[in-house]
Amino acid sequence: MAIEQDEIEKIAELARIRIAPGQIGEVTQRITEILGMVDQLQAVDTSDVEPMANPLDAVQRLRADEVTEENRRDAFQAIAPAVENGLYLVPRVVE
Amino acid sequence: MHDKSVAQLIAGLRAKQFTSVELSRCFLDRIAALDPGYNSFITVDETAVLAAAAAADERIAAGEAATLTGIPIAHKDIFCTNGIRTSCGSRMLDNFVPPYDATLIDKFNREGAVILGKTNMDEFAMGSSSESSYYGPVRNPWDSSLVPGGSSGGSAAAVAALLAPAATGTDTGGSIRQPAAFCGITGIKPTYGRVSRLGMVAFASSLDQAGPMAHSAEDCALLLNSMAGYDPLDSTSSELPAEDYTARLGDSLQGLRIGLPKEYFGEGLQAGTARRIEQALKEFEAQGATLVEVSLPHSHLTIPTYYVIAPAEASTNLSRFDGVRYGHRCSDPIDLHDLYTRTREEGFGAEVKRRILIGTYALSAGYYDAYYKKAQQVRRLIKQDFTACFEQVDVIAGPTTPGPAFALGAKSDDPVAMYLEDIYTLAVNLAGLPGMSIPAGFVDGKPVGLQLIGRHFGESQLLNVAHRYQLATDWHLQRPAGAIGGAA
Repeated sequence: MAIEQDEIEKIAELARIRIAPGQIGEVTQRITEILGMVDQLQAVDTSDVEPMANPLDAVQRLRADEVTEENRRDAFQAIAPAVENGLYLVPRVVE
Repeated sequence: MHDKSVAQLIAGLRAKQFTSVELSRCFLDRIAALDPGYNSFITVDETAVLAAAAAADERIAAGEAATLTGIPIAHKDIFCTNGIRTSCGSRMLDNFVPPYDATLIDKFNREGAVILGKTNMDEFAMGSSSESSYYGPVRNPWDSSLVPGGSSGGSAAAVAALLAPAATGTDTGGSIRQPAAFCGITGIKPTYGRVSRLGMVAFASSLDQAGPMAHSAEDCALLLNSMAGYDPLDSTSSELPAEDYTARLGDSLQGLRIGLPKEYFGEGLQAGTARRIEQALKEFEAQGATLVEVSLPHSHLTIPTYYVIAPAEASTNLSRFDGVRYGHRCSDPIDLHDLYTRTREEGFGAEVKRRILIGTYALSAGYYDAYYKKAQQVRRLIKQDFTACFEQVDVIAGPTTPGPAFALGAKSDDPVAMYLEDIYTLAVNLAGLPGMSIPAGFVDGKPVGLQLIGRHFGESQLLNVAHRYQLATDWHLQRPAGAIGGAA
């Protein structure tokens, strides 16, 4: 299935990836090729087939709701691009 | 000592023929001398290597050695290592020094194994040639004009070039087996859930699995013994107890039924590779195994199924890279949106972006049923093909790849051609089965890999079949010319 350039722009916005204007054409072409290959799936009759999310059909394990991890905020924030007073800094969101 | 097996190195350390410091120094010297030609390592911390080796020597002297104490092991740069940069081959994580160890690394550390270095790879493990790394392509030790395969190409090249006695890799669609085949080494992707994924940078969470890469099945079994097992910190880790994977290595193959999927021997398989695989199969027959033709009728759908499921999971997993908590951040963002979009534009390479976009598309409103749900349904059909085969046979055998290693640059501009490289390996991940690749000869001087596929949690049997083959053949003992000599 062919995908239009404006649709790629919409997906890129959903994925929060900037694509330089000069590259949109090539990205669109590559993704069209890949989706063309993927479209073989549409020919398969899967009407009675249960979707498989886990190869062992395992389900999420539950555990008791107890504190098991120590607080390592300082170690985790030491590798952050910008922190102040224990908070992660980003550009102003609210004017 | 650089050309000894892990089993021989363990014996040598115990017999005090050499120390771990001497052994580690030997590999560090070889890396310094030879790796500029292969680019198989991203990070090597000599001081840390020698400190870990000295600690291992003390442990050995005290009579408290575990199996791998003092053995240098290279790790794919996808496993978080406390205090050692873990880049995943990406600019996004070029400055990322994890504050914790992956469970797999922690297990090796507890054994007293030495982290020799972090190996190069396709960015975020997305690739089949190790060309998409931010740190430049890896070269195949058998011929530096060829790719080593990927995504664990640095690990495969390091072992093949005798820069490390063994390494770890990860395999989401063939990323251990295909580079093992291209570099003439042995690698096993265990059953999904057999090795903990905690601290392994996530690509496609329902497919990713870590495994060992070494010269022989015996060495892989020794490493897997340290890697496998339940991890309460990985919710997809299996609670089934791990085994001693060396226990059954020597078992006879008399009466073993080996399935040959007709779809793996048809159109697309190159003639030279086909001949090597047929020759290898004769060896199994000579040892008393029976060859049975089987069918995996949905094989032609594995690539489209994989290229919906893997990108969908990747687009979700890679949403965590936002320039806020760790990793790359663009300079001077004008607002939060600009921070996200420009950080991700700069931090990710072309293939990673493509997969995120495809995954986002497949999961977006209006397309979810047609792509993601459909692929999950076909995934079940693919798994059922294997279930039916394993009612007739004990293991499945075939080529790991359609042909031997290709030239650098040959497929890097054509994603779909690159995806076809994994035609025989992807289904194993979709079905969650264990699979391995072992050296089975050469075509024009390029290694060929034989793939073995087992039942869920059938690692011991796969390693047994591979070991018996390696007792009777010497393909796994062949070395590239450039790896021989140098610092010994």
